[in-house]
Amino acid sequence: MGSGRNGGAQLETVAWPGSYGEHAKPRMGFFTDTSVCIGCKACEVACKEWNQIPMRSGPHSPSFTGKSYDNTIDLGADTWRHVAFIEQKAPARVVGRLPAEVGDGASLVQSAARAQAVDGGVQTYQEADGFRWLMASDVCKHCTHAACLDVCPTGALFRTEYGTVVVQEDICNGCGYCVPACPFGVLDQREGDGRVWKCTLCYDRLKDDKEPACAQACPTNSIQFGELSDLHERAEHRLAHLQQAGQDKAQLYLADADDGIGGAGAFFLLLDEPEVYGLPPDPVDTRRDLGEIWAAAGAAAVALGVGLAAAVFGGRK
Amino acid sequence: MSSENRSYHGQPVIKEPTWTWEIPFYFFTGGLAGASAGLAYLSDLRGNEVLARRAWTGAMVGIGMSPLFLISDLGRPMRFLNMLRMFKVTSPMSVGSWILSASGATTMLATANAWTGLFPRSARFVRPAAALLGLPLSTYTAALIANTAVPVWHEARRMLPFVFGSGAGLSAGAAAVIATPPEHAAPARRLAVASAALELASNEVMKRQLGEHGEPYKRGAPSKFSHLTQALVVGGAALLLRRGQSSRGAAIAAGSMLCAGALSARWTVFKAGFQSAADPDYVVGPQRRMIEQDERRGASRRVSQVREVQLDKGSPATAPLPLSAP
Repeated sequence: MGSGRNGGAQLETVAWPGSYGEHAKPRMGFFTDTSVCIGCKACEVACKEWNQIPMRSGPHSPSFTGKSYDNTIDLGADTWRHVAFIEQKAPARVVGRLPAEVGDGASLVQSAARAQAVDGGVQTYQEADGFRWLMASDVCKHCTHAACLDVCPTGALFRTEYGTVVVQEDICNGCGYCVPACPFGVLDQREGDGRVWKCTLCYDRLKDDKEPACAQACPTNSIQFGELSDLHERAEHRLAHLQQAGQDKAQLYLADADDGIGGAGAFFLLLDEPEVYGLPPDPVDTRRDLGEIWAAAGAAAVALGVGLAAAVFGGRK
Repeated sequence: MSSENRSYHGQPVIKEPTWTWEIPFYFFTGGLAGASAGLAYLSDLRGNEVLARRAWTGAMVGIGMSPLFLISDLGRPMRFLNMLRMFKVTSPMSVGSWILSASGATTMLATANAWTGLFPRSARFVRPAAALLGLPLSTYTAALIANTAVPVWHEARRMLPFVFGSGAGLSAGAAAVIATPPEHAAPARRLAVASAALELASNEVMKRQLGEHGEPYKRGAPSKFSHLTQALVVGGAALLLRRGQSSRGAAIAAGSMLCAGALSARWTVFKAGFQSAADPDYVVGPQRRMIEQDERRGASRRVSQVREVQLDKGSPATAPLPLSAP
């Protein structure tokens, strides 16, 4: 890809790679290609098993939601991979538009295009009937500008040598600031434990040169793990392929350095708008507005001081 | 796009805060402590020792309760000292922890000095220090919640500190009115009445500036707290203006109403944040509109940066298998 939005460089964070010096590793991440996700939830299970994540308790304890095949519902302290299921009525697309057989009046070129679309894994039979499944495995985005990390008062959240964002469970005191700071609603406090938990991008496995559990378990390579720069290149080819095959809503999500979070360590190929998958269309790192926020707090503090002085000196004793 | 497409089964996009009832109480006690210290120090300068001592006491009560609320809200209360593990300017909670600590130490010493005359040498330093630290103590909590992804808080970032600052002045003035004989409480009454007006006005300005982001204030708990606040603040200020000067009983009643109003105002803002986070429309709607109006590019891109598609460079799932080669 080279030029383009990322300028060919790896997305640099505040702490990575600078503060690691020669110990910095390439920035690692996930490319989640939802177009080939089959909704098997192997990633959810592998993640739970490897990371020994307990069952949800309290108000979020397991139950049947009636929301398609999704009884997990969202990411949180006890769910670090979440597979979304969307049953969508959709107008018949490429397969429907292209005549099927040469005998039906299709040209050889059209017939070949249809065959390519089907072989490319782009189309399903259902889609020709005006219906499609969207399935997507969501995960912590490991943002280039991570709000959770910026607001953490204890330093429990930190940037690893791989450029990922990890909570140190021996330091977190459960203040909960990261929970509403995350523009994706990834972090949450664990019931009965008090601390916050989230995907570590299998920091322990990375240290042993293993890929994260979810990526290893994924049977369709919907979850691809690797150096972020490699993943970006793969994603561009995959996006181009899908667009050529007629998936005009196919889009890369969080792949660019000039979005609201400076690009993500875990980015996605989606087949519809992000909000359809429960993802914000324009997530913003709150630190972008921190100067404005501190300026307003400072001005208000000064105004309060002036007001106090006026009340005390502006009349009889 | 229809509204059913705007969300994933109606699920929230961001998480509601995990903070519980202690936090709005802390917003109140922190503001009470911060503005009371300033009121006390300035009253000392003016030579109103009766008011000054009582305001120092108000500051001490506020600063004494604040850490209890905060520690009680932690998921791991025993680890509260981790708050002072580092100083991070990107985290208003970290900055606030240091302000609160310094404020607590100086206010305690200043109050002890005001009542007993002990520590006269350090008092010369800690009194103005406590008064100065009280100012950011009163407003940083607004910066804290503004520095989140919760739309109703984040989009109010310019106004919210003024709302909290007014509330702090209101709490300090009202508490001093309760504790001080009316003949010595004129500055406290002025502070309480002026802050009451500013509290209501700044709230209105904030809601207006919020526009569509301000919807959460219009229904549910925030709406109820907002009405309660208005009744308490208007009623308390009216009573204070009419009878506060002549009747100690009326002053105590008016001060109590105004304190309750200041607390209710903090609850209004607190609850609005939860409502704002819980509804995906409040999060996604404004983001989508900014993209549609070309003010923001959003986080998605449909145009690939490559022209020539190489299947083997796309998904391994669709790459030609090496086995299929002849």
